[in-house]
Amino acid sequence: MKPPILIFAWGNPSRGDDALGPLFVEGIEAMNHPAVECQTDFQLQVEHALDLHGRERVLFVDASLTAAAPFSFSPIFPDKDASFTTHAMTPQAILHTYTQLESCPPPPSWLLAIRGESFELGEPVCPAAKLNLAAAIIWARSWLPVVGFGELDTGTP
Amino acid sequence: MSFELETAAHPEKLKRIAIEPVSRVEGHGKVTILLDEDNQVHQVRLHIVEFRGFEKFIQGRPYWEVPVMVQRLCGICPVSHHLAASKALDMVVGAKLTPTAEKLRRLMHAGQILQSHALHFFHLSSPDLMFGFGSAVATRNVVGVIAAYPDVAKKGVLLRKYGQEIIRHTAGKRVHGTGSVPGGVNKSLAVEERDLLLKDAYQMVAWSREAVQLIRGLFEKNLAEYNAFGRFPSHSMSLVRADGAMDLYHGGLRARDADGQLIFDHFNYERYWDVISEDVKPWSYMKFPFMKALGPERGWYRVGPLARVANCDFIPTPLADKAREEFLAYDGGSVAGATLGYHWARMIEMLHAAETIKDLLHDEDILGTDLMAKGERAQRGVGVIEAPRGTLIHHYRVNEDDQVIRANLIVSTTHNNQPMNEAIRQVAKQYLSGNKISEGLLNHIEVAIRCFDPCLSCATHALGQMPLEVSLIDAEGKLLDRMLKNQRGACLTE
Repeated sequence: MKPPILIFAWGNPSRGDDALGPLFVEGIEAMNHPAVECQTDFQLQVEHALDLHGRERVLFVDASLTAAAPFSFSPIFPDKDASFTTHAMTPQAILHTYTQLESCPPPPSWLLAIRGESFELGEPVCPAAKLNLAAAIIWARSWLPVVGFGELDTGTP
Repeated sequence: MSFELETAAHPEKLKRIAIEPVSRVEGHGKVTILLDEDNQVHQVRLHIVEFRGFEKFIQGRPYWEVPVMVQRLCGICPVSHHLAASKALDMVVGAKLTPTAEKLRRLMHAGQILQSHALHFFHLSSPDLMFGFGSAVATRNVVGVIAAYPDVAKKGVLLRKYGQEIIRHTAGKRVHGTGSVPGGVNKSLAVEERDLLLKDAYQMVAWSREAVQLIRGLFEKNLAEYNAFGRFPSHSMSLVRADGAMDLYHGGLRARDADGQLIFDHFNYERYWDVISEDVKPWSYMKFPFMKALGPERGWYRVGPLARVANCDFIPTPLADKAREEFLAYDGGSVAGATLGYHWARMIEMLHAAETIKDLLHDEDILGTDLMAKGERAQRGVGVIEAPRGTLIHHYRVNEDDQVIRANLIVSTTHNNQPMNEAIRQVAKQYLSGNKISEGLLNHIEVAIRCFDPCLSCATHALGQMPLEVSLIDAEGKLLDRMLKNQRGACLTE
């Protein structure tokens, strides 16, 4: 039986603030939440649509250059993606792919975008991004139990 | 082997079009095209900002950390870097691999080839091929393929997923695996893992055969266009086994000229610098490799699926070998020189990878316990592997304190630098000259680039990027027109 909540974070742990997604997952995994499974990858790819199967809720997590600090949280819906390259896909396109592959709507999904500043190879996470990450993990502590055992809080933080 | 359209005679009098993925990290590509007032093409250049700073990233680290660390250079083919680094460091520890270690690495590599080629064909290139190079951008994408050809798209997803599962079981994790280490591997497969993977292996072979037929059918329908598209004569280079067979994991270097004549053969890659050098051009950050014997103007070459399939004498798995024979014989052998022939060759290699996986899963050695070897310690190591996009070279020097003091990587995209430039120049000449510029026409340039599938080091994909910008600038530098393609591919005109 799959855990009902999937938290999927992506980013390269060795490229500065791009590590925010994987580090968020480390913080969540440390909580040992019984209803949550965490996954990470370098970037979103088409096969990740298969990871949504059997879930009740999905939270996508990434570093963001455009989100307001410390982070933004919003529901996302299936949408077509005509990106320049499919070396990486958007979470909306993953949901659309799921719809096409499974012939049914995807599980309700949200995007947590944690503000980052610097993305250079070999650099550590910058101090401002660390604060944003800490705020996101604190927020998740209050969000997860509600998501796992009752009504979903869809409000922005 | 000319450099036509590389440098215009009077660039200051020409209009400039730049196709530029705007990215805040290194590893992005840009195409600039200079046109005169009648939209005749005078200069075309592909600029790719390749890996920079990786030497610093690796230098000073203990050598045993390197096979894991290098996976973070690139999110597209981390397993190739993992294995190339491991091979280089096998030399440093003086190891001759045990049969179990070598077969498990080969299995991991075949999983990487399978998943990468499936992703490339079904989700990167098939939208161009199935809907047409100039078709509506709204449908010319993977979601469009899923909508129009759901069965094909689903098989592509499942092939990719299966390759990832092979990697997960052999490398230990789906990403950032640790399976391959200097001198061997740190785990073998359990019987249950082997049985689980074997359950779907024959299905993957069958779907890969279908994929070969699919691309063949597309060539049959569009032979004249596909054969001429971005076509140019080129030398080729790849690894081959001692008996001339295709070998994507290990072998000697073989190079042929455009007529198929050997330039060098079974050259020991441990001294690759004796046959390959790198040229520098003032307009590009990326180097231009060439064969020393022929010099920088005549010695450039292509690598990757098309080079490998044409270069080897045979493929050591029966279905892929038959597919190779049919490919080389098709239309009198014309397709083997076509830039779009990369896609057909890629599917033949995917079939070879699926057959290799099936065969290795039947080999009891992959369940063995003899995982590590060592020998006389050396200070230098070179590892070469045929990554999905082509020949990948890792070269390290390690000091007595076990620290890496020098690193040099030549990645497949660098080998293919000049061929990619040649391909887009041919396409620009064929399709752009004299025509009004449109998104569909510009996509023809992207189609040519996608044949080679350059790795743009896109391991960083934070939200908020703007992947494509096209600007039309007149001879005085004044902006005439600007088109933005946002992160989701929608085109906006300013």
